[in-house]
Order: sequence, then structure tokens, then C-alpha cells
Amino acid sequence: MQDYEYMLAAYEEAGGKPSIFKDSKIAHLVVHKNKVIGHHLVPGLILHPEETVSGVNINLTIEKGVRIENPVHLCFGVLPKEGIQEINIKARIEDGAGVKLLAHCVFPNAVKVRHQMMAEIEVGDNAFYEYNEVHYHGETGGIEVVPKAQVSVGQDSFFSTNFSLLKGRVGLFDLDYEVHVQKGSSLSMVAKIYGYGEDRIRIKEAGWLEGERARGVIKSRIAVRDRAISEIINELTAAAAEARGHVDCLEIIQGEAQAKAIPIVNVTHELARVTHEAAIGRVDKKQIQTLMARGLREEEAIDLVVKGMLK
Amino acid sequence: MEILRLEKVSLQLEGRQILNDLSLSVKEGTIHSILGANAAGKSSLAYCLMGSPEYFPQKGKIYFLSQDITHMLIYERAKLGLTLAWQEPARFEGLTVKDYIAVGMPDKDERKIEEALYKVLLEPKNYLARPIDRTLSGGERKRIELAAVLAMKPKLAILDEPDSGIDILALDYIVEVIRELKAAGTTVLLITHREEVAEIADKTSLICSGFIVKEGSPEEVGKYFREKCIPCPTRLYPAEEEKITGG
Repeated sequence: MQDYEYMLAAYEEAGGKPSIFKDSKIAHLVVHKNKVIGHHLVPGLILHPEETVSGVNINLTIEKGVRIENPVHLCFGVLPKEGIQEINIKARIEDGAGVKLLAHCVFPNAVKVRHQMMAEIEVGDNAFYEYNEVHYHGETGGIEVVPKAQVSVGQDSFFSTNFSLLKGRVGLFDLDYEVHVQKGSSLSMVAKIYGYGEDRIRIKEAGWLEGERARGVIKSRIAVRDRAISEIINELTAAAAEARGHVDCLEIIQGEAQAKAIPIVNVTHELARVTHEAAIGRVDKKQIQTLMARGLREEEAIDLVVKGMLK
Repeated sequence: MEILRLEKVSLQLEGRQILNDLSLSVKEGTIHSILGANAAGKSSLAYCLMGSPEYFPQKGKIYFLSQDITHMLIYERAKLGLTLAWQEPARFEGLTVKDYIAVGMPDKDERKIEEALYKVLLEPKNYLARPIDRTLSGGERKRIELAAVLAMKPKLAILDEPDSGIDILALDYIVEVIRELKAAGTTVLLITHREEVAEIADKTSLICSGFIVKEGSPEEVGKYFREKCIPCPTRLYPAEEEKITGG
């Protein structure tokens, strides 16, 4: 019971509202290390969590034609200083179904913690799956976060991820998502991360626009300072008529930080089109001077620009 | 009373002389226009007055309310009550119009932000939550920049070509805003290359090649600009006898 309360406190620290766990209309799942410590379902959502030695296997299904009204709240975390959490998710969004997931991953005391997620996600036709993930890591940097996902999206559907890690140290972050999108469907992947100290950020997001009129956007907003290092590989392939995509990566560096952006755009159909833009550098001098002309010190101006970019 | 004084200010950028022994006096509570053709040194003068590090003068002194600000940083000058509305305002991803205007306001009062937006003919409910990014046109950004200056209520506002990029229908309202600034107690240093805009000033200084070549009433200086500067083949080199270098 104590773990549950501590998890909710960390969840609140990460920006979540614990009151939602008492709302019978809102589905939720709370996992501490390898224990399911809270669990509530709503009609149309089938969720089978199974505890393993080092984590939890989760089977999630949204039944055909069901659109879950309220976002499903997930809370994963490790409260002790050390530990491993391996989350394996198999999600199936059946034809005509839809769900929004709001995940908070909390590791407030991590000194030597590894959080690994392996997801296989299947989104049917005329369906949607929106996954928003917010992390809160504490200040030691002793955390490794390794999310991997393989996603297939059917026809006329929508898939999106929105990842943010703006509170606490990143530690080591190594994300690898691959999404295949069919005819008339849309894909959106957005990552916003603020790294400092010795943080290491690696993101590899690949989108495959395989069907006609498929759409895709991959967007990264990264700020690194001190000796933090980031490497962002955004890959978008358009392989069908009228497929359209855009890759957009913006990284701000301060101090001795290093940032690398590798946009890969690949078009294999003459009627498809993918564009990209990438920029890495200090905060624009004119932006800083503009804010200083309103009375902000240089460091306050930089902070405001970085916060805006990551908002 | 004098609010701003420049004494023989010289500025070189990459080996090129931009401001040349330039002296200028601006009276408190007035609109003082700086008129000049392109590349005369108008914007450089604005950045130099605001304290952009690249535009620190190599020679001369700048006084604001009798205080030597020649070596002060931008924010220190802003804290004293000096600000600049940029000719091409910066864009900020994720920063809303409301956040941006509030930066210079001690009380961050939302009603005052709305009032400032109304004054530049922008409907607050359509703009407050919008990010200051590329979804806004250049003209909208210019108006927001003016609204930010209005809301800040500075002692001296340098307006660098507030009329450029503004459609002709909106020009009258921009002129009204400048007059409102003055009525609210802000001294305005209005930088422009358009004689008809310079005309709203109490006093005009004509700049050419980093020199002030003529000062006086807007009509008097405007006539000189029309007759001498517009037909001038170089527009960059005033004759020796036309340079005003006293201070």
C-alpha cells in the first residue's frame, strides 16, 4: 500500500493528477517494478497485465468499433535507488477503435535503474492510437531508459507518440521506434528532451509511408547543456503515390554539450514527397537580445527560449 | 530636459566605418525621428543605443538620463527604461504572444496585454495564445513588437522602421500608436527612411554615411532630404561641409 502512495506522489511530481485514479470512468494501470499495484478497466478495453521476474507483460486490446472516451492513464516506475523494470506491451487497436494513452514514468530516486520497454503495436483500419509519455527522473542521472517499438498502422488511421523528458536528469536514453503506415493513414512522432550533466540521448525514429496518401511527421526538440550529448536519427520513407512526409529536428546546445542530427529522407515513388529541416546551435543571438531589451538577463533569456522550444 | 545624448560616437564593423563622430541630443517627452536612406547607419545606430555587443562604439559616449551607458549591457539599459522595437522582430517557437509581451511588464497584467494588442489592431482572443513563430506574418510580428513596447511603458523607445512591412491601411494606426506612446510619457526615437513617417516627429535628424547631416523640424529636414538626398548619386557620402560632428 505504501508503494502505491509513493508512486502516486511521484506521479504527481511528474505532472499527473492522482485524483484520476479514483474516477471510475477513467481506466488506469499502475506498475511499480514488477508489481501491478493499481488497475481499473472501462468497457471496450481489455487489459491483461502479467507480472514477470523483472517486469510486467501487458496485453492491451481495444475492441472493434470502441473509442475509449477518456485517456487511459498508465504509471510505471521504480522507487528504490536500484532496480530493473522490463515492460513488454502487445497492443491491438481493432478496426474502428481508438484510444489515447497518457503514460507517466517515474524514477525519482534512481541511482542504478534500468527501465526497458518493448512494444508491439497493431492499429487496425479507421482506428487511432495516441500515446503521450512524460518522464520524471530525479537528479542523480543514474537511470537508463530504453524504449523500443514496432508499430503497424492500417488504412485511414492515425498513430501518434508524444514523448517528453523535461524534469530531472535524462541519464541514458535510447529510443528506437519503427512505424509502418498504410493507405490514407497519418503518423506523428514528437520527442522533447532537456539533457544536462553527463546525460546521453539517442533517438532513432523511423516512419515508413507505405500506402497511398499516407502522411508522416517526425519532430524532435532537444536542448543539451554541460557535457550532455545527443544524437537524433529521424528517418522517413515514402513509398506510395501522394505520400507526404516531413522531418523536423531542432537542437539547442549550451556549454560543452554536443548534438548530432541525422535526418534520413527516402522517396521511392515518383509521386511521393518528403521534406526535412534540421538546425543545431546556440540559442539565436537575436532572440536573446530581443528578450534582454525587455529587461531579462542573458541566462534568463536563454532559459525562456529553451523552455518555449520544449513546451 | 535631455533624455539621450550621444557624443562623437564612432562605430566600425569589419573594417567599415558605420557611425562617424555622431552626436545627437534627444529631448524627453518628444518624438525624434532619424531619417535616412538605406545603409545610412540608422539600424546600426539603434543597435548601438540598445547595447548589442557587436555594436559597442569604439569611440564616444552615450548618456541616458545623464548616466553614462556606453559600456552597459542590453538588459541593464532596459532596466533603466530604454528599449528597442526591432525592424525584423525575432520569432520564438513555443513562446506565446501573451508570454512575449509580458516579458517587459513588471505586473504581467493580462488586461494591459489585451489593451496593447487592441491598440495595434490585433484582436486579443485571436492572438494571446498564438506562438510567435513562422505562423505569424512579418506585419503581425511588427505589430506585436509595438504592442510589447506599449505594454512595457519604457522611458525611451527606439522604433526601428516600425512602418516597414506594414500595409498602407495600417500605417495610420501605427502613427497613432507612436503618438500614444508619447502621450503616455515615452520618448520615441523613430527610425525611418520615409519622409511622411518622419513628419510626425517634433524634431528630425538626417543621417548619411554615419553622420548627422541636417537637424531641424521634420518639414525643413524633409525638404533637404527630397532635394539633396534623393537625387544624390551615391547617397552614402555627404560632403565635408554637410557633416555635423559637434557634440
